[in-house]
Amino acid sequence: MAKPICLIDATKCIGCRGCQTACKQWNQLPATDTSFTGSYENPPALSSNTWMRIKFREHESEQNGVDWLMSKQGCMHCTDAACILACPAGAIYRTEYDTVKVDEVKCIGCNYCVAACPFQVIGFDRLSNKARKCTFCLDRLQSGLKPACAGTCPTGSITFGDSRELIGKARARVDKLKAAGKANANIYGLDEVGGTAMLYVLGDKPEKYGFPADPQVPIQTRFWNTIYAPLRVFVVIAVGLGLWSNRAYSKKVQESKLKAK
Amino acid sequence: MTNHWIDYQHSDVFMNIGGNTAENHPISMKWIEKARENKGAKLIVVDPRVSRTAAVADLYVPIRPGTNCAYLGGLIAYILNNNLYHEEYVANYTNASCLINEGFEFDESTGLFSGVQDNPARSAKSYNLETWQYQTDEEGNILKDPEMEDPNCVLQIMKKFYAKYSLDNISKVTGAPVEKLEESYKLFASTGQPGKAGSMLYAMGITQFTHGTQSVRSVAVPQLLLGNIGIPGGGVNAQRGQSNVQGCCDMGQLYHIVTGYMGMPQQASHPDLEAYNNAQPIGGYWVNRKNFMASMIKAWWPDVSLEQGYQYIPKLDGKDHSHIGMYKYMGDDIVKGLICWADNPAVSGPSASAKRKYQAQLDWLVSVDLFETETAAFWDDGELNPAEINTEVFMLPAAAAYERDGSKTNSGRWIQWANKAQEAPGEAKSDLWIADQLFKAIRAEYQNGGGALPDPILKMNWDYGDDPDPDKVAMEINGYNVADGSLLSSFGQLRDDGSTACGSWIYTGFYSSVSDPATKRKIREREGIGSNLQYSWAWPLNRRIVYNRGSADPTGKPWNPDVPLFKWNEAAEAWDRYDVPDFNGTIPPEESAKNPFIMLPEGQARLFTNAHGRAGGTSNDSPMPIHYEPAESPVANVLYPQATYNPVSQRWYPVAEHTVETDEERERYPYVITTYRVTEHYQSGIMTRNMPWLNEAMPELFVEISEELAEELNIANGDNVILESKRLYNNGEQKGIEVKACVTKRFKPMTIDGKLIHAVGMPYHWGFKGMSTGAVCNDLAPSVGDPNSTIPEYKAFLCNLRRAE
Repeated sequence: MAKPICLIDATKCIGCRGCQTACKQWNQLPATDTSFTGSYENPPALSSNTWMRIKFREHESEQNGVDWLMSKQGCMHCTDAACILACPAGAIYRTEYDTVKVDEVKCIGCNYCVAACPFQVIGFDRLSNKARKCTFCLDRLQSGLKPACAGTCPTGSITFGDSRELIGKARARVDKLKAAGKANANIYGLDEVGGTAMLYVLGDKPEKYGFPADPQVPIQTRFWNTIYAPLRVFVVIAVGLGLWSNRAYSKKVQESKLKAK
Repeated sequence: MTNHWIDYQHSDVFMNIGGNTAENHPISMKWIEKARENKGAKLIVVDPRVSRTAAVADLYVPIRPGTNCAYLGGLIAYILNNNLYHEEYVANYTNASCLINEGFEFDESTGLFSGVQDNPARSAKSYNLETWQYQTDEEGNILKDPEMEDPNCVLQIMKKFYAKYSLDNISKVTGAPVEKLEESYKLFASTGQPGKAGSMLYAMGITQFTHGTQSVRSVAVPQLLLGNIGIPGGGVNAQRGQSNVQGCCDMGQLYHIVTGYMGMPQQASHPDLEAYNNAQPIGGYWVNRKNFMASMIKAWWPDVSLEQGYQYIPKLDGKDHSHIGMYKYMGDDIVKGLICWADNPAVSGPSASAKRKYQAQLDWLVSVDLFETETAAFWDDGELNPAEINTEVFMLPAAAAYERDGSKTNSGRWIQWANKAQEAPGEAKSDLWIADQLFKAIRAEYQNGGGALPDPILKMNWDYGDDPDPDKVAMEINGYNVADGSLLSSFGQLRDDGSTACGSWIYTGFYSSVSDPATKRKIREREGIGSNLQYSWAWPLNRRIVYNRGSADPTGKPWNPDVPLFKWNEAAEAWDRYDVPDFNGTIPPEESAKNPFIMLPEGQARLFTNAHGRAGGTSNDSPMPIHYEPAESPVANVLYPQATYNPVSQRWYPVAEHTVETDEERERYPYVITTYRVTEHYQSGIMTRNMPWLNEAMPELFVEISEELAEELNIANGDNVILESKRLYNNGEQKGIEVKACVTKRFKPMTIDGKLIHAVGMPYHWGFKGMSTGAVCNDLAPSVGDPNSTIPEYKAFLCNLRRAE
């Protein structure tokens, strides 16, 4: 296989959240304690323990009175990945499948990637002090399996395959949707941030689904990455020391709290 | 289902009414999407709110809960008025041309048919069927008008009857805009062209009404008019909400049937086997029922005479022993013990809070389930006082489906064998093991101490081994020759002389070989139309689409040559087959075309029926689907001013105490409520509310209300609200249940006959046990039932709603 990607056809998503649950199951991510949010959307945000979720968006529409749009939210695995540029420790890297992965051993917990991500999909685990996000199921890819989300999707909304083939499918699908009257149908992730390995077919404008209309790598991230690159090693040491002392301190605090109990 | 899941790929238009296929049967969307992708199929969703299915529909039609029959009656009228029916199919394969007695009449003011009589039992009325019968010649042959122009022929009677179901009238009843009605009718009626296929998908949103049987009929009738029965991509597709509920029904778990949909023997009218056999239909394939019944008796009691075995079968005493009846008798102190097996009526039953109270009168209660259910813990519901309850509760931990070997029968009647994936935890045991232990313990009691009626237990055939073997059970269900134990391959081999034994005749063939039982096969079809005849086994006889003579014209040409089920091969003088024929495949097509619905005496499908459900001289329902309001309705019956709800529906409790009847009460409970499920949870929630990932995704019970109603009641999204119904009004005190409000654009107010009506909806998955708890939605629902099935009316009743202070 050339470059593997996932094509997510939001017009075929029924919001069953089989993918959301399969992600938790495969990656053994614990459930978080949620409460009713006023919509079907839950958990309310991505986090270190929720690497993907389905967004539900309601909009007034002429056709059915309301458009209820559902789409998968998670790491896009960008070609122009802000997180890789932002990471001072070199902990975020491009895998042999061109996907983007956090190496938790190298991660120093600086949170820069979390701030830099234009899609806000990186979670931060305060206990381990690590950034965590969708791995594109690297372990499954390495074993010849599809990502868990694509493997469980009942409707064919999430498919996994070769990028050239799936981009072709996406184009044909958008043409079909437009012909069927969905004038705003578009491919999302083809040109955005250099192209993403999670490629979307959307039936309406990206904003309607809760995607940024024009995702960009933050200017500070580029600046930091190009101008200050040579100095990075010092920054890493400084940040690392700072976090280490901070962690040692909070550990002490926690221990004393435990003792107090 | 008449068809099956994979067959959905052949549809041109889907109508999902009274169901929520994307949300509750997600895999259906795989095949619906395939049909849309490959042949531009359209999906129409008819529902009170924008569900997850409506969200991906091509056309959404909002209707008021409880008005399916009106909506579908409107479709029937549209098809008839615009001559959009499949004429050749209707003329040859349905009873449209049959003449009905001249005395048949319908009174438009009362909404009652001729033959109506007062009924001493639970329903207000019943029907004498004399005037509904076919006109016959002296030899008993049904008189027909092939031109279908005689005013007494079924087609003309229908045209007259459905004249009232105009777009304007249906809009007034349902609240759907006229243009949406017309657009949907036009689109679906387009499948009446020969070669086109329309599929009706439904579930409990069609059946759970006091007119549930009417609703199902109102799905079937347009499908017959459009020639959509028996063809690939067509069908009346009841989507089962539980993986093996089809299998449960096939095994006779409903109180009014034994296995294979044979009627339960009645004490009064079937005192002996001969009387039972004489009561079977005089024509149609059911004339073979005597063979099936004899074989079932032989499977159960091989060592006694058939008559003796028949006497061992418990007989119905004329009472209704459905869910509502059983609990009524519990409340009346008649039922003293209850075994609840994978069932949680303290959450899922109607008027559930009253049901929990009745359980307190039981001497003992056994709950067999994966987790502690609300039914087992009824004494802890916060209302009852445990100190005053003497019910002894036993909880038996059961293995989950993946922890035991056995078959499951899906909606498409495919009986699929699944092997155990892992051992059950702790002391949990398979259902079969528990049933086996229970039987053996009861038998030991009889062996030791006599007791009443010991023989049915002591002489029962029970030889599944010390550790019961599901394969042995399967072989008994499949059937065998008594003489040598050889397995049978077709129910055609069953005999009424005691030489064959068979647990459920419709399953004969599913396990006809010990080394290679069909139910365990997993050979995928490489070429064909998706019948997958080598993949598992479908009852009856591995037939994937039933009534399939309808797929070809009388000369044997398939209506749609691209997707043929059967094609008459002139040269070979035989059918080219892509399925198992549901007709005599050995006779010329013109002959089998006279009898395409072989189960019925008349051989033709009934657009008009004069023989509903139960035996005896009276009918439990109308001859043609008709619009009646639900038992609780905010409006009068627009079509029939003196009628309200179904006059033959079943009432169990005094009307004045149980349901909303007066205008004053309608003001007190002004909103229509409907109940449903969400993808994330399952039935009464026992399996899913103990699963943290699912609780995380759908953590709390909520009620969905429109933005307009929320504004009127000053409710913000996420607020706590109180729901009240007449079921929670006792001795002048109104109680309610507290839930979260989901304020949404997906519910809209409706205008019904000039009156603004608000409908709200809520899932019913929660209760007071498990990891995620919440109020019991069904505390609100009424215990009123359909005349034939007694299914309760969960899908439309009245409530009040207010913000919690």
